[in-house]
Amino acid sequence: MADIRLPPTLPPLFPGLPRRLELSAATVGEMLDALEAQWPGFRDRLCEPGPKLRTHIHVYVDGERADLDSAIGAGSRVDVITAISGG
Amino acid sequence: MSKTVVLVGTRKGVFLLESNEARRDWQIRGPMCESWPIYHAIHAPDSGTIYAAGASEWHGASIWRSTDLGDTWQQSSEGLTYGDGPLKLSKVSGLTAANGRVFAGAEMPGVFESRDGGATWSLLSTIDGHPARPKWNDPENQPPGHLGVPAILQHPDDAKRWLAIVQGVGIFETTDDGVSFTPRNQGLRADWPLEHPDVGFCVHKLVMSRQDSNRLYQQNHVGTHRSDDGGQSWTEITEGLPTSFGFACAVHPHDRDTFFTTVLDPGHGRTMPDGKLAVWRTRDAGASWERLGNGLPQEGAYLGILREGMATDTLDDFGLYVGTSTGQVFASIDEGDSWTEIASYLPSIASVEVAVVDA
Repeated sequence: MADIRLPPTLPPLFPGLPRRLELSAATVGEMLDALEAQWPGFRDRLCEPGPKLRTHIHVYVDGERADLDSAIGAGSRVDVITAISGG
Repeated sequence: MSKTVVLVGTRKGVFLLESNEARRDWQIRGPMCESWPIYHAIHAPDSGTIYAAGASEWHGASIWRSTDLGDTWQQSSEGLTYGDGPLKLSKVSGLTAANGRVFAGAEMPGVFESRDGGATWSLLSTIDGHPARPKWNDPENQPPGHLGVPAILQHPDDAKRWLAIVQGVGIFETTDDGVSFTPRNQGLRADWPLEHPDVGFCVHKLVMSRQDSNRLYQQNHVGTHRSDDGGQSWTEITEGLPTSFGFACAVHPHDRDTFFTTVLDPGHGRTMPDGKLAVWRTRDAGASWERLGNGLPQEGAYLGILREGMATDTLDDFGLYVGTSTGQVFASIDEGDSWTEIASYLPSIASVEVAVVDA
């Protein structure tokens, strides 16, 4: 099971979504599929058409910058970061 | 008893200003919508739902909705996309609720609709058919922030008939619910070369009289204009105003000849001329103008008012409301003769709308 850590801006949008959770997924894209299945609309908040990650959403797998195709290991830590903008 | 609710869309969420029918004492609730940047917040009178068009720099564009006057909110962008096609959706600029539907005008230019109270959306039109369309959608011709559809104006008697503004291009009318469009820009001024004679006009805000659906007004990039034939032709009514550039305007809810506008310095600043905040009123459909500044700041007020920054309620002694780029909301209940500041320190305001609901 991977250790998934989400930014504080997401849980208020999806009732029951925790900041930190564990799930099994082979890639970042599959991780989003699993979260979309449980919280419909989740993918739209992180991805744009392509599909690709939104410009100011950064995902790291075990500390390395990742994209949708990046692999997630059984014990990986995945950090989803809201980056740069805000103001 | 009724309650007056001013819906304020800001850079940091929706705020609701609430008062009774007297509209003298106001309470502020907010921020709502998780403090997302909000471009337009409206109240649908048939359902009582509030809709707010938001675009988060992190999480993209979505439309928020509340069925309990702001106590709880949900958001959805399901279907609010151009998919993998050439058009990119950066935000929703304008919302309109009519006949059980909600319209969302998007940038790049397109119109979406929801028939299920904002739970899901579908693309209704990308304003196809005009020979200039490929050029206005060319990314090379898009300014920073992109062009979009900031407003949709529904005809009161025909659900398939509505007007849409395409920024920097002009007004288009459909009578078949978005299948085909006719430009409605005849008589408008452009201070730049036009590649097509019927488009290339910079319409900032369009309003329709509640008494007469043929009476329209618009505040344009160059000029204030009136139409007496539902937008088929336009007459400029700028003479008497200090500048011809502005965004926000409103028509009197009970008198088609009384109209309010706000004009700005037309240069890069686009703030109040001489730092003095004023609303301008005509009672004769634009033949003459009065400057209204009693109660508005008359020194150092270098602020702007954006296209959705002015609204009226529909009470007999109606209220007129203005929201500024510096976070103040001013209200008048004597048709603009005097003003009261009813909110002072909100984030920068993009939109003001008003609902009168049962208390």
